[in-house]
Amino acid sequence: MSKISEQEFNQLEANLRVAHELNCSRLLCPMPVIKTQNALKELAQGDILKVICTDPGTMADIPTWSRINDIEVLGYAEMADHSIQFLLKK
Amino acid sequence: MLQLRYNPCPFFEHRFAPNLLIYYSMTNSISSQQPQRKAVALISGGLDSLLAAKVVQEQGVHVEGINFYTGFCVEGHTHAIRKKDKEKQKRNNALWSAEQLGIKLHIIDISEEYKDIVYNPKHGYGTNLNPCLDCKIYMVNQAQAWADENGFDFIITGEVIGQRPKSQRKETMPIIARESGAEDRLLRPLCAKNLMPSLPEREGWVNREELYDFSGRTRKPQFELAKKFGFEDYAQPAGGCCFLTDANYSAKLADLWEARGERRYELDDIMLLKVGRHIRPKPNFKLIVSREEGENNFLTGYKKEFTSLSTISHGGPLTLLDGTFNKEDIELAARIVARYSGGKSAEKVTIQVENYNGTSFVIEVPPFEANEVKQEWHV
Repeated sequence: MSKISEQEFNQLEANLRVAHELNCSRLLCPMPVIKTQNALKELAQGDILKVICTDPGTMADIPTWSRINDIEVLGYAEMADHSIQFLLKK
Repeated sequence: MLQLRYNPCPFFEHRFAPNLLIYYSMTNSISSQQPQRKAVALISGGLDSLLAAKVVQEQGVHVEGINFYTGFCVEGHTHAIRKKDKEKQKRNNALWSAEQLGIKLHIIDISEEYKDIVYNPKHGYGTNLNPCLDCKIYMVNQAQAWADENGFDFIITGEVIGQRPKSQRKETMPIIARESGAEDRLLRPLCAKNLMPSLPEREGWVNREELYDFSGRTRKPQFELAKKFGFEDYAQPAGGCCFLTDANYSAKLADLWEARGERRYELDDIMLLKVGRHIRPKPNFKLIVSREEGENNFLTGYKKEFTSLSTISHGGPLTLLDGTFNKEDIELAARIVARYSGGKSAEKVTIQVENYNGTSFVIEVPPFEANEVKQEWHV
């Protein structure tokens, strides 16, 4: 899924059961991608991971990494607090 | 489509070569009986590693990529920090390469272990503080370990003999293979024909005849191969992927080590070396002066770890102080900061000094004249 609004993101999250939340604030790429990759390794198939980032580069890198590694991006949004948040399904 | 596979037995080839139909049919039958081989390709994001992986992939081998994060990778960081770069397309070229190839990419953080290589490279540094040969040996070693753990048969790199003065020379190729422990499981598809056949070639997992004999610093053969495969918009091949190959960056790292009296760094140190003006007016401390809004924002994130200076009376840069300093040193630093502020021509500039523990005070200083900020202070 492409980028969605903060409101849509919050609605989406409310309807999901997030298995784990990963905070990558202040980390620069590729560290958020590496931490996302490592966190997903610990989750079961079908689990949902929420990732919070601040590096705008993650808007390109996390969806690309997810595409090539068969991870579904349920949605991502730029939030009012300038963070970028992702919901990923393993 | 039927492909002519590498035949490791010359006698066999000689006997059947005249009858191509029979030969094609037999080799195809042999290859279809073999299990699909698996290779892990070191993907840096540059053109050579992209091509090397593609060449092997084209031979029916299952390829996955591996990329190592050392902390010195050029990818992304400065784009993320500097506002002037914000409009540039943000792209991690290793991920882009993997997507072009349609392969998985495993990104491995080796930044902590990598310190030992930077501190004390067995094979020495290149022109700057780049330990290219040790780096390549370590990465191939880690790729080999990953391959063993994940059931992969061999390793691919985009090395080309003579392409890089330190790590990609005829003499260094066997050193990398030997010291990494990969030995003949290391395949360099772009220059394989200039080297002894590796295990994948000898075993017929790949066809040596369909590999290449590139050598030297010319990029023309790579550009032609990229065109053949339909790759466009790949990363600039001449650009290095590591900050340690940059003279200015290496000078800043050397200065950091000299000031600390030892070769030591943390990840935050090497991030900060990429940002701002670094000015060392005295051996015991230096200033990191932001150059624009993006750097200002980035340095703000470090205010809880460093003493910082910000101009109040005029617009100006956020500055961090790194090292140990007394009241006189802070005044000296404040005069430098004032020089880089909007009040550089004013009689006095008011500056807030904020300690990392949150306490702060305000000082008023006359800005330095341009010639008072000595050239040799700039790291």
